[in-house]
Amino acid sequence: MSRFRVSVHIVPRQGILDPQGKAVADALHTLGFRGVGDVRVGRHLVLDVDAASRQAAEQSVREMCERLLANPVTEDFEIAGVAAP
Amino acid sequence: MKFGIVTFPGSNCDYDAHHAVTDQLGAEAVYLWHKAHDLEGADVIILPGGFSYGDYLRSGAIARFSPIMREVAEHARKGGPVVGICNGFQVLCEAGLLPGALLRNDVLQFRGETVIVRVENADTMFTHRYRAGQLLRIPIAHGDGRFTADERTLDRLEGEGHVVFRYADAGGQVTPAANPNGSMRGIAGIVSAEGNVIGLMPHPERAVEPLLGSGDGLALFQSLLARVSA
Repeated sequence: MSRFRVSVHIVPRQGILDPQGKAVADALHTLGFRGVGDVRVGRHLVLDVDAASRQAAEQSVREMCERLLANPVTEDFEIAGVAAP
Repeated sequence: MKFGIVTFPGSNCDYDAHHAVTDQLGAEAVYLWHKAHDLEGADVIILPGGFSYGDYLRSGAIARFSPIMREVAEHARKGGPVVGICNGFQVLCEAGLLPGALLRNDVLQFRGETVIVRVENADTMFTHRYRAGQLLRIPIAHGDGRFTADERTLDRLEGEGHVVFRYADAGGQVTPAANPNGSMRGIAGIVSAEGNVIGLMPHPERAVEPLLGSGDGLALFQSLLARVSA
């Protein structure tokens, strides 16, 4: 068993209105960042997980996302990294 | 006829619901603590409004794992009536007892005001004391009330009469301006395919007597009383 630090990005699914993202994009435009297109505001989670291998740690977090961390109706997730803490 | 009102940490409409079904409706009611495993013989379960678990992660996401939710799901599976109001609606969606999800209001603001809600289906155990098309004045109070589902689910909800309430204007028209949170197709409340689970963002328990500014919510509880006692 080793400990792994797994980070996950969870964002509103493309095509679903993200009013927070839109408000942020509008503010960035006001600041002069004209090149900004679509903005999505989501969550970044960092989990320390004991597992037999990197793959097992990632698989375990994937399952957590499917069952709790992300809403399957409205959100997508992606494992952003797996590292030794 | 006995109501069971679930109290999660952060529920804040449990007392309003209790007042509505006891003092105004004249039924019996018990509070059910979220850690309990016993519905205490309640015929109807109410998941009240509030901010269970501080809305951490997503509204309703943590509450659905409360111990009592296993019994609530079992009650629903056996056909027992379940009413989810506001945060309770969010919990029911997170628990998969109702389809869809409630996302941040499109206006990004908390909306606390009395709105007009149109009765879409007056042929459910929750609404048979209303008329189809009837306009109700009922308060809302939420930040995450934008009902969202994929097109297929929305078509199915509409096609099978599972959309029970929609936000409307004073003339009864469902318009973007009358929609306080950006809910898809103006949906304010739905019932499950089996018809025994309802979720709605407006607060009928806060509209049960003239003193509160409207009594239009009481018929929802009267509908249940008539159907469940019968």
